[in-house]
Amino acid sequence: MSALTFLIVAVIKIAVTLGVLLTVVAYTVWLERKVVGHMQNRWGPSRVGPFGLLQPLADGIKFLLKEDLTPPYVEKNIYLLAPGLALIMALTSIALVPIGPVIHLFGISTPVQITGVVGPSGQPSDINVGILIVLGITSLGVYGIALAGWSSNSKYSLLGALRASAQMVSYEVSLGLSLVGVLLMSSTLSLSGIVHAQLGTWFGFIPQWYIFKGQFVAFFIYMMAAFAETNRIPFDLPEAETELVAGYHTEYSAMKFAMFFMAEYANMVTVACIASVMFLGGWSGPPLPSFVPSAVQAFMPLVWFSSKIFFFLFLYIWIRGTLPRFRYDQLMAFGWKFLFPLALANVIITAFFVAMQA
Amino acid sequence: MHLFLFLLFAAFCVGGAVNLLIQRKTINSALSLIVVMGSLALIYLLLGAEFVAVVQVIIYAGAIMVLFIFVIMLLNAGDEEQSKGSNVAKVFGIPGLFAGGIIGIWVLLQHSPQDHPIPIGALYGPADKVGMMLFTKYLLAFEVTSILVLIAIMGAVVLARRSHTS
Repeated sequence: MSALTFLIVAVIKIAVTLGVLLTVVAYTVWLERKVVGHMQNRWGPSRVGPFGLLQPLADGIKFLLKEDLTPPYVEKNIYLLAPGLALIMALTSIALVPIGPVIHLFGISTPVQITGVVGPSGQPSDINVGILIVLGITSLGVYGIALAGWSSNSKYSLLGALRASAQMVSYEVSLGLSLVGVLLMSSTLSLSGIVHAQLGTWFGFIPQWYIFKGQFVAFFIYMMAAFAETNRIPFDLPEAETELVAGYHTEYSAMKFAMFFMAEYANMVTVACIASVMFLGGWSGPPLPSFVPSAVQAFMPLVWFSSKIFFFLFLYIWIRGTLPRFRYDQLMAFGWKFLFPLALANVIITAFFVAMQA
Repeated sequence: MHLFLFLLFAAFCVGGAVNLLIQRKTINSALSLIVVMGSLALIYLLLGAEFVAVVQVIIYAGAIMVLFIFVIMLLNAGDEEQSKGSNVAKVFGIPGLFAGGIIGIWVLLQHSPQDHPIPIGALYGPADKVGMMLFTKYLLAFEVTSILVLIAIMGAVVLARRSHTS
C-alpha cells in the first residue's frame, strides 16, 4: 500500500468512525430519555419527528444557538480549555478499537479499525500496546473534569470536580486490574490480537469468549468500575443534582456544556467497546449455519459488534432507571474494600491457572 | 521526519519546563509539568520504547499529576509571593547555571558506555521484553524498589491516620 493510499484510507476510516460515533452519542441520549421515560410510565421525547427521533438534532441546534456566557471571576484559559480536553480525550480512544475484521474493497484490504493495518503477510496488526493506550487516554480524561471544576470558581463545581477526580482515580485501579486476567490469558496487549484470541468455538456454537473462559468475575468488576469511571448512576456523585446543582459543569452553558455531555456519552460508548473486545470477543460471534448467504455472513461481525454495544448502552440506561445513588463513603468503601481485593484475587487465580497450563 | 518530531517534542519539553518555573499560579505550573511528562513520553515513543512511553503517560500524567492537581484544588493555592531574590543569585545565577550544565554534560560524556549517540528507534522495547528483563536481570532492583514504595505507602498511612488515643 502506497503512502497516498494509506493516507486516503486512514482519512476515510477516521471520518466514518467519528461520524458513526457522534451519531451513536446523539441517539444514545434519545434512547436514554425514551427508555427511562417508559420505565417511569411516561412517553419521553415524542414531539420532534416520529417517536421524537429528530430530538437530538433539535437539541444540537439549541445548544449551538443558546447564549454562551462566561461567568466573571473564572480562570479564563483553563475554563475554556477544560471542555475541549474532556471531549478530545473521550473521542480519541475509539481509534484503538477493532470494530471489524479485514475488509476487501476496491482492491484494498484494511481492518475496520483506525489504527489497524494489514501487514505484508496479510495478517492484520495494530498498536502492540493498544489497551494500555486506551487506559492512558482514559486516565487523562479526568483533567477535563478536574480543571473545569477548579476554574469555574464555584463551590458546587469544585466539590463535584473533587469527587470526580477522587472517584475516577480510585476506580481506575480496579478497572485496570480487572483487565489483567484477560491479558494474562491472551498474552498480548494488542486489541485486535485479543479479539483474534477469542475466535474459536466449543461444540461448534459456544464462542470462546473470555467471559466464558473464567473471566466473568473480572467482567463484573470491569462493569462496576466502568460505571464509576463514566460517572453514571449509581456512581454519579460528581454531578449529584440534589446536592451539587450539576457538579463540575454547573457554570458551563450552551455548546461548552454540550461538550461535557457528549464526552460523557462518548466515554460510555468507549467503555462498552472495550468491554465487548476484552470479554465478549469484539466482532466475533457464534458461527451461522452454512445456508446463510455469504453477503449476509460478511456483515455479521458488524452486527455482532453493534449489538454488543447496544446491549451495554441499554444496560447503562436500565441501571439508571433502577438504582438509587450511592453515598460517597459507600462509593469509596465499595471501590477500595470490595472491588480492589476481588480484582487482585482474580489476577492471582488467573495467573495460577495460566502458569499451570504453560 | 524523526529528527523533526524529536526537535518538536524536545522544544515542547524544554518550553514546558521553563514555563513551569516562571508561572506564578500553581495550577499553571502543574499543567506545564503535564506537558513535560507528555512530551517525554512522545520522545520515548520516538526511540521505539512504546511500553515505557505509555506507562509514562499512565503513571505520571494520569495518576501522579492528577494527585498534584487534586491537592492544588483542595488547598485552593493562590498566586505565589515573589521575593526580589538574592543578589548572589542575580550575579552568579546564569553563569553558574551554564558552568554547572557544561560540567554535568562533560561528566556524562566521560562515563557513558557508548561514545556514539543512540539512534532513533534503537530501543526496541515491547512489553514482554521489558517484563522479562524486570523479572530476570533486574529482579533485585525491582523488588527493592517495590519494598521502598511499600514503606512510603505505610508512612503515608501512618501520617494520615487520626490518632485514636486523644
